[in-house]
Amino acid sequence: MPQIFHRSTNTFAKLSIFGSIFIIGGILVVIIAVNRSGYVTQAGVTREQPVPFSHQHHVAAIGIDCRYCHTTVEIAAVAGIPPTKTCMNCHSQIWSTSPMLEPVRDSYRTDKSLRWTRVHDLPDFAYFDHSIHVNKGVGCSTCHGRVDRMPLVWQHASLQMEWCLECHRRPENYVRPRDQVFNMEYQPPTDQIALGKQLVQEYKIQSLTNCSTCHR
Amino acid sequence: MTTRNGQFDFASLRTKLSSSDGQSYWRSLDELAETEGFQEFLYREFPQQADQWVDPVGRRRFLHLMGASLALAGLTGCTKQPDETIVPYVKAPEEVIPGKPLFFASAMPLGGIAEGLLVENHMGRPTKVEGNPGHPASLGATGVLAQASILGLYDPDRSQTVTQYGEIRSWNAFLSEMREAQQRVKASKGAGLCFLTETVTSPTLHRQLQRLLAEFPAAKWRQYEPVNSDSVRQGAQLAFGTNVATRYDFEKADVVVSLDADFLSTGPGRLRYARDFTARRKLRGSQHEMNRLYVVESTPSNTGAMADHRLPLRALEIEAFALALAAEVGVTWPLPASSGAAGSAWIAPLVRDLKRHPGASLIIAGEQQPPLVHALAHAMNHALGNVAKTISYTEPVEANPIQQTESLRELVSDIQAGFIDTLLVLGGNPAFTAPADLGFVDALAKVKLRVHLSLYQDETSALCHWHIPEAHFLESWSDSRAYDGTVTILQPLIAPLYGGKTAHEMLASLTNQPDQSSYEIVRGYWQQHYPGAPSISSKPAVSQASAAFEQFWRRSLHDGVVAETALPPKSVTLAGRPALPPPGAGRTGLDIVFRPDPHIHDGQFANNGWLQELPKPHTRLTWDNAALISPATAERLGLSNEEVVELQYEGRKLEAPVWILPGQPNDSITLHLGYGRLRTGRVGRGAGFNAYAIRTAGAPWFGFGLELTKMGRRYQLACTQHHHSMEGRNPVRAGTLEEYHKHPEFIHEMGEEASQSLSMYPARKSEGNAWGMAIDLSSCTGCNACTIACQSENNIAVVGKEQVIIGREMHWIRVDRYYSGGLDNPATYHQPVPCMQCENAPCEVVCPVNATVHSDEGLNDMVYNRCVGTRYCLNNCPYKVRRFNFLLYSDFETPSLKLGRNPDVTVRSRGVMEKCTYCVQRINAAKMEAEKEDRPIRDGEIVTACEAVCPAKAITFGNINDSASRVSLLKAGKLNYGLLGELNTRPRTTYLGALRNPNPEIKATS
Repeated sequence: MPQIFHRSTNTFAKLSIFGSIFIIGGILVVIIAVNRSGYVTQAGVTREQPVPFSHQHHVAAIGIDCRYCHTTVEIAAVAGIPPTKTCMNCHSQIWSTSPMLEPVRDSYRTDKSLRWTRVHDLPDFAYFDHSIHVNKGVGCSTCHGRVDRMPLVWQHASLQMEWCLECHRRPENYVRPRDQVFNMEYQPPTDQIALGKQLVQEYKIQSLTNCSTCHR
Repeated sequence: MTTRNGQFDFASLRTKLSSSDGQSYWRSLDELAETEGFQEFLYREFPQQADQWVDPVGRRRFLHLMGASLALAGLTGCTKQPDETIVPYVKAPEEVIPGKPLFFASAMPLGGIAEGLLVENHMGRPTKVEGNPGHPASLGATGVLAQASILGLYDPDRSQTVTQYGEIRSWNAFLSEMREAQQRVKASKGAGLCFLTETVTSPTLHRQLQRLLAEFPAAKWRQYEPVNSDSVRQGAQLAFGTNVATRYDFEKADVVVSLDADFLSTGPGRLRYARDFTARRKLRGSQHEMNRLYVVESTPSNTGAMADHRLPLRALEIEAFALALAAEVGVTWPLPASSGAAGSAWIAPLVRDLKRHPGASLIIAGEQQPPLVHALAHAMNHALGNVAKTISYTEPVEANPIQQTESLRELVSDIQAGFIDTLLVLGGNPAFTAPADLGFVDALAKVKLRVHLSLYQDETSALCHWHIPEAHFLESWSDSRAYDGTVTILQPLIAPLYGGKTAHEMLASLTNQPDQSSYEIVRGYWQQHYPGAPSISSKPAVSQASAAFEQFWRRSLHDGVVAETALPPKSVTLAGRPALPPPGAGRTGLDIVFRPDPHIHDGQFANNGWLQELPKPHTRLTWDNAALISPATAERLGLSNEEVVELQYEGRKLEAPVWILPGQPNDSITLHLGYGRLRTGRVGRGAGFNAYAIRTAGAPWFGFGLELTKMGRRYQLACTQHHHSMEGRNPVRAGTLEEYHKHPEFIHEMGEEASQSLSMYPARKSEGNAWGMAIDLSSCTGCNACTIACQSENNIAVVGKEQVIIGREMHWIRVDRYYSGGLDNPATYHQPVPCMQCENAPCEVVCPVNATVHSDEGLNDMVYNRCVGTRYCLNNCPYKVRRFNFLLYSDFETPSLKLGRNPDVTVRSRGVMEKCTYCVQRINAAKMEAEKEDRPIRDGEIVTACEAVCPAKAITFGNINDSASRVSLLKAGKLNYGLLGELNTRPRTTYLGALRNPNPEIKATS
């Protein structure tokens, strides 16, 4: 009986066995890359919102402090999304007829909340607390990026656990003086490590990497 | 040691117990007899069925699902979280900070009596109740019923609409019906109108009723509750000729005698009494002596389990015992000399003990005992000089104290005579709970207009024309009095979920302001009656008066008590001797004893899964009641556990399974009320047997002449007493005060402590905070409140009867019950067992995925999102405190249940392990507050849910690295021991040995 396969198929067989190692390895690399990409983490993705609220305009151009709207950032786990009333403090006077702001006025009139799309969404089994981070000298921009340059907010960091642990393991790389926490323009000094170590001591910052620090 | 049909060979059990040297502890008859069922539990931990797929899903469907999940298994990591929306307020309410709970003071009325609460509220959703430290009946503690009320509030089976003949109607339609009724009865001055309420202590409701009765003088007001204090009232009437309420001060009592009184877990003052009583049993600081408790009882109770001397007597014999005791104590009434009453060997040393402590003793009669026993107890307290010392009397707490069973009987005869044509049933479920011989159900059908207000569409609703959904107490404005008369104004924590109405609004519907809200009604009452309210004649400036009222109102709501409303002590004088009953001759046959169920009470909590699944303190049964019977009687009648018998009492019949309960008096069968509901929600349906079917007005709590027939069937009960067994390693260490004084180290020496060098792992460093817990077994009353508090705090799921039978209940802290001594009257010990947070944790080293790891502060962290469900940790845990989600037990679907969850704790899904975390969410919250204020955490700042709820203050949590903390001081004491210390697990949770203080003059406790 003649051979079904030509001799040259041996080479193909060997090549495909050899190649499959690279292919599997390549798939793994791709999976890891995709898992860390903005496609999965949503980092860098701008979300549509019911009202195109611009942090760039309100923070950089007008100079409103973070805490004017995010009132509970220093005392509670959540920074707080402002009630419609906060918008209307100004917008009942200025731009009070702007069609862009109609949803805000409508919310105020009908007593129905605005429904914002959540940008920073941790998994439900992670319990993050803004107040302790802010009190220990973690600046807003460290995690949220230059919000003052975002017309519509996007997520700056990956918010994956390795990203959290990066700072929890080595807080001295990231902390800043407490009075600079809300400063969007803050640039870490060249000797950040020296300053960081000093602040870690001064603020009694612990490197907490126990599971129950965040998961419970 | 069992015969073929599952019966125990009691003779050999007795021999075994008497031959065992030293003190040994046992949990159940099965354990003693080493039955096959017990062995299986021991060696398999989860019995046979545990491997099987018990969902009603066929094999094909199963393979379908498995195929699909296998295909998707690799992809789950790639799914993105669905987009979420943030919904801020339009106008933010004052003080509400998202993520920070607010606490509001309110109270839970049960039988009309208030238990003061602080309710945790997360953005308008009540999620957890705590006791109100400023409330005299609570002092910060709560009971199981209050803890479980959160689940009751969000119960999706609650009635949700007004109905007429089962059709949905509007509240306005009901109001117009009431307007017609009002016009109709106006002409006849109220003739034909009747209100049937539960016990009323609410000043506002009382005022409303008084006004209505003034307007309609011919109308009637009846009160009925199945668990009532009729004989307490009658007893006071017998003793003093006037109705007074009795208050005890356990802090001053050295010797306490309970005549069938379970004062630690039932009755109006139970939490306060448990706190005060156990305070005298803690050897702390300068306190080196304990009080002494004698209990004579007709069925095992938590109070009996705490007793230094316990005497099981048939309910009928207790009267004779009380008479004999009273004669010896020397009451002023002429009594026949004691003649061979049961337990008379006890009386002489008991009386000597009482007389050694003049003015510092207490004799307490149980609510279920007849009036004469109460009268005798009053007389003895007088003779012993206890009045105004350990005991005080006040005006009754109830607004209108009446004999409730009589009141219902009169209602029935009024209806039968055709006097009643409009009946408003405000709360309660009399069609289910009325004594069987009164014929209430038949009578009810004759009333022309029947209206029922209740939380559920229940048995009574089915017989009424109108059903109005009742507002839960956490949704209502109302007021109520505590055991000492202190008024709490109940404030709502949430708007009524299902448009429920209160009794106040129901009564208003008959007035000229039918749409008044309860808020207006309650506030209106207090505006006129607050202390310092201007009388109608004097007219101070309006603004001044309203400012004073506003201050009063805000303060009362904030504090949860209306200041200075406790009833003042009243002096009473003993009346002449009441008539004595003829000697109880010729009482043959079995006794029947009725008791309110420790968890579902009179049946009103039957649809509460937390309460149904909570093992009863003594039987450890869940989801059912049973006919409790003593080992000797079971032996005589040839009965075994779970065998169905027919109980026949005064011609009425009931079938129920038997449960053999050590410590039950012989020839006496106890049935708990409230089970066997005919109309209730999904949870309570089909659970248990209806004891009301054989309960009569003449024998509300006990009777004799019960006949019992074997039915030749069995009924499976879900009992947890073998679950999580630590197999005879004497987890409880107990002794007497005398032993302790002689040799304080004796608790330590009962077991061995392994040396740290035995471990292959390096010792852990522990700097900073190191969390630990001490549980005082001398104080624990076995009330189970810790289990429910934990369930509420930590979002623990309910699994159902079938799952409990195969050992899968999820409670993170269980209360084990151990017996020691003979079958007939063993000493009983309760031991709460949470996770021990071992320093050398056996669970951690076996986890293949590092899902359970140690934290720097000594917590044994459980990481749900890492757990893959190998269950190795559970196998390796010697304390059996780990719980596995075999199925999807948490309800992720029902919207109302989502509202009641603690937002700070993950809701676990299928396939993950879970266990006690020492309430790590509370630890973290306190730590962050302390860090923000740059100070160390204060001792007592972190209170775990189980510690907070405990009426006996048996649980103490804190930092063991701080040598001055409460927990460190306890652990440094001589009584401290670690559970299974010989295993070198180094548990952070330790126990203080159980001490009892028996009278040396009474030799045998049994």
